[in-house]
Formats: sequence, C-alpha cells, structure tokens
Amino acid sequence: MDNVIEVRNISKVYKMGEVEVHALRGVSFDIERGEVISIMGPSGSGKSTLMNMIGCLDRPSGGDYYLDGELVSSLTDDQLAVIRNKKVGFVFQSFNLLSRVSSLANVELPLRYAGITSGRRDLARAALEAVGLGDRVHHRPTELSGGQQQRVAVARAIINNPAIIMADEPTGNLDSKVGHEIMDLLLSLNKERGTTLIIVTHDSNIAAQTGRVIRLIDGLLDESANGNKPISETAPVERKQAGPVKEAEEGSKL
Amino acid sequence: MNLAQTIFEALESLNGNKMRSGLTVLGIVIGVAAVIAMLSVGRGAEASITGSINGIGTNLLFVFRGDFSDTIRNPKPLTLGDAQAIGDPFQAPSVAAVAPALQGNAELSFGGERTSTQLFGVTPDYFTVRNLVLTEGVYITEEHILGRASVVVLGPETAEAIFGHPDGVTGETVRIEGQPFRVLGVLEARGGGMFGSEDNVAIIPLSTAQARLIRRNANDRVDVLFVQAADADAVDQATEEISQILRTRHRTPIGADDFTVFTQRDLLSTFASITGILTIFLGGIAGISLLVGGIGIMNIMLVSVTERTREIGLRKALGARKRDILIQFLTESSLLSLIGGIIGILFGWFIAYIVGRIAAATNTAFTPVVGGDAILLATLFSAAVGLFFGIYPASRAANLEPVEALRYE
Repeated sequence: MDNVIEVRNISKVYKMGEVEVHALRGVSFDIERGEVISIMGPSGSGKSTLMNMIGCLDRPSGGDYYLDGELVSSLTDDQLAVIRNKKVGFVFQSFNLLSRVSSLANVELPLRYAGITSGRRDLARAALEAVGLGDRVHHRPTELSGGQQQRVAVARAIINNPAIIMADEPTGNLDSKVGHEIMDLLLSLNKERGTTLIIVTHDSNIAAQTGRVIRLIDGLLDESANGNKPISETAPVERKQAGPVKEAEEGSKL
Repeated sequence: MNLAQTIFEALESLNGNKMRSGLTVLGIVIGVAAVIAMLSVGRGAEASITGSINGIGTNLLFVFRGDFSDTIRNPKPLTLGDAQAIGDPFQAPSVAAVAPALQGNAELSFGGERTSTQLFGVTPDYFTVRNLVLTEGVYITEEHILGRASVVVLGPETAEAIFGHPDGVTGETVRIEGQPFRVLGVLEARGGGMFGSEDNVAIIPLSTAQARLIRRNANDRVDVLFVQAADADAVDQATEEISQILRTRHRTPIGADDFTVFTQRDLLSTFASITGILTIFLGGIAGISLLVGGIGIMNIMLVSVTERTREIGLRKALGARKRDILIQFLTESSLLSLIGGIIGILFGWFIAYIVGRIAAATNTAFTPVVGGDAILLATLFSAAVGLFFGIYPASRAANLEPVEALRYE
C-alpha cells in the first residue's frame, strides 16, 4: 500500500485564555497516493484544523503525521515551509492571488521560494497552459474572471509537482457552472498527474465527485457516516435531508 | 530569491501605493536635505571665517586695553610710549613693526552724499602691519603725521558711497565731520572682516585724529596696537615680549594684566570652536528631523504589514520561510529610506547652492561646502534609519503564524 498521508491519532488543543479548546481529539486515517478525497463536517468540527495539519500550516499537539513518508509533525517552522513548498499545493476559496503582479508571476512564486533561478518562466507558462490559461499569461488577477483566477491558483498549486493538492472550498466563491469547471479541472489533473487531491467542502455535490469522504464531528472521525466507504451510499441521504429543511425554512419566511 | 528580484518586487509593492510611499520618502528627504544643508552651511561658515582671519595678515597681533572678562579695575590706557617700547628691537626682538591706532566713527560727506564710516587714526606702519594695498594714490607718510595733514585714505566701499564709484577719486576733497580732507588714495577691496566691513573705512594720520577728530583725555593715548611679529613662528615669542614690556610699564601685579594680547591663532581657534559647535548644533537639529522621518517609515511599514497579513500568510503557505518575509519587508523599508536619502542629498545640495547664491548676491564672502563626508554620513544614516525602523515591522511580519495570517480579514 502506498500511503501519501498517514495520520496517527493526532490531536490539537487551542488555548483561548484560560479555556482549552480541543479542536481534534485523536484522529487517524490514511490516504493513498493518487486518491481523491473530501473532508466534510459542520463548522466547529475541526475540519479546518485538520486541513491545516495536513497542509503543514500548523503542527498537531499530539500524535504523528507522515506526509510522503516523512514525519512532519515535529518539524520547525522553516522546515515546514520547505515541506509546504515542495509537497503541498494550496487552492483557496478566495483564490489568494497577488493582485499587483501578472498571473505568470503569481504562478512563479512557489518556484522562487524553492530557490529555482532559471527556467521559472517556462515552467509557469506550462502550468498556465495546463489549466487552459495559456492566453492570459500577462493579465493581472483583477483583469480575470473568478473562474480564471481560480485556474491561476490551480496552476500555482501544481507548479512544484506537489505530492498533494489541498483545496479549501475551491468552488465556494464561484457560481455552479464555473465551480463544475474548476472541479473538472482538478479531477482531470488528478487523473493525468496522479496528484493526490484533498478537498475540504460543505457541498455534498462536490463530495459526491470524490472517491471517499472523511467526515468529522466534534474533533473526531464520524464512524457512523463510515468515512471509508464510497460516498455514493451516503451522499444522497444527506441531500434528501438538506433539501426539505431548506424549503421548510423558506416556507416559514414567506 | 536573488537580490535583483527582491528589489524589483519591493519597488513594485511600493509603487502600488504611490501616495503613501511618496509621503514616507518625503520625511527622509527633508531629514537628509536638512542634514546636508546644515552641515554645508556650517562648513562654509568655518571656511569663510578662517579665510577672512587669514586675510587680516599672517603673524598679526592685537593689543587691547583691559581684559575680556572685565575683572581688572581701572586698566591703564595704551599709549604711544607703550607702542614705542614694543617697537624697540632691543626690548622686543621678535616684533617687526608696531602700528598704534585710534578708532572712532565719523560722518563723511561729498557734495550732497553722506555716509557713516569707521575712522582710523594711524601711523605709516599701519599699512604694512595690516597688509593693506592701494588701488590708486599714495600711502600716509611721516610728513603727513608731522604736519597733521588733512588727508585721508578711503576704503573702496566708502569711496563708492560718497562718489558713486570707487576709483578716480584721488585729489578730491571730502568732509569728515564737516572738516575738509584731501583724498590720498583708495584701498583694495577686501570683503567682510571680523571688525565689520574692512572696506568701509577712512584712514587719517594719527596726529590729525588726535588733534581734531578723535579726542581722548590723555594726549598720547591710543585704542589699539597692531603688532607684526618677525615671522609666524615668532608670534608666541612676540606675545611674551609684549606682555613683559607692558607689565613693567603699567606696573601691574603678577597675573593681573590690564591689557590683552590677541593673536590670529587665538582668533582661529576661537572661531573654529564656535563654528564647530554651530555645525554640530545645526546638524543635530537636522538629525532629529531624519529620526522623525525614520519613525514615519516604521509607522508605514507597520500599516503595510497589517494590511498585507493575508499576503504574508499566502507567501508562507507557498513555502516562504521567516527569512524570506523578513528580507522582503526590510528591502522595502531600506529602499524607502535609500530613495529618500538620494533625493535628500540632491535637494540638500540644491539648498546649499541657493544659500551660496543668496550670499553672493548680498556680497557676503560665504560659500557653503558640501563635503563628501557629509554625503557619506547622510547616506549611511538614512540607510541605517531604514534598516533600524524596518526591523520591528519586518520581524512582526516574519513571525506571523501562517494559519492566523491566512484567516485574517
């Protein structure tokens, strides 16, 4: 079994003044290389915390986390920065592009922090072509549509050939048509390059397109939702639940 | 990340907020320009004072009555007898010449023109001792002294004031305090001196002055002795000899001289210390404005860090280490102060130039000197200001937690 991610009983405690908040209470799972997986859960379930751990943005308070065979849960800040640079590609809900510079320069950014000095431009151009933006190389983010901006962000995420792509609500700021396009792009990149894709989402339609769902509740894996089973069994149920409730709310307002 | 790229990116980011960067740079520009201008003005003042003291004549000594602190009661006046004793080569071998002089103010008139001027009653030696040269006419001679002649040598400014031109006036008759005097000659222009303008003078024979214009209660009394030492090395020796002679003649107790011997070197060191203090003082005030400029940089960089928290978070997520962020912000603050420094140097230079032009326009012998050391100092100081005041904001940026920074709204 080739596991790109092995999470072993990790926990995270935040200290808010006197109060200790247990965001994660011991979570363990594996993710295989090339897998497409979504992380779901209501607000406050520890979903964001888990994403920060997997993306190496933060360290767990306890437990071990292996990324691409490396134990990263005990590294220093700067070592984590190097790991993020090499092994993780981020796609954010709000794109997070530098508005002052061209899409090319935006895509180049991780290469610069990787210390690559030559051939950056060509690599960045190739990445932009891979996401279908070969003709928008010199445009600034402000001159691009939301979908195009997210494509630039995807190009930036894949430029260093990372082991995993972390997408945090990648379609959250897009309309459903463009959202589908971005999802298709991410899934096709997963197929072509075999990059593991991890999507954090609220949207069960998005989750339905992934091979597996990890569901979190109160800082623990929701075993009842059976996160290791294919999503096709659970997703429709949730959609049925969500639908009527929403309609009921709207009905009451009217 | 290589340096050129870092600088380029910093420039791009500063360019993104032109107004803010411009105002921040302005603070440094004013600070550096003030430092440069003040130092150059101070330096110019020093040079001009040193120059005019040298112009008085080398190895010149002045002997005054009394002392500067006024602790001596009833100082005896200097007399012609004192002058003769000092001029005696056996008593004072280091003294080459002595010129006793009376000094006063007088009104000159010619036709309808009047001017007020400094009047000197002198002996012929005065011209050699004071190193004065005529552009036309002749010097006052011993015959004029003996005959109490009504003759006068005019300074160029005085001649200009009453005749309208400084030349071709020899032989004319002017009135000094209403009494007619024949113009013997006109002095060469010399510029401002330590006793007011040395070009606005009227010089008449000592005997004439005593008898008719500058009355003193004792007949042989004089106001000042101009003494020329044999050479520059003999100045100290001459001072000693003059003091000995006057102590004996005035019968003063030891350590209570009722006269003052002042040398050119005393003047130089006095003025050097005055201008030195002036320069430090001016530079210090200017330095404060540079400091204020530096605080402006810090302020703006702190705002910038807060404003770009998300950007910093993103950069960290993409693999920027602490050092990368630190360098990024330090580069920006250093660039701000460096640009301000360069513009400030040019601007300060310009101010110094304008001050020089104004001085030239008002006939003041004063040229501000923009020294290489002042430029170096201002450059280093402004760069240091940028670095110093950039460190805190930059380290704040570098130490942001990526998670927190990304979440920041």
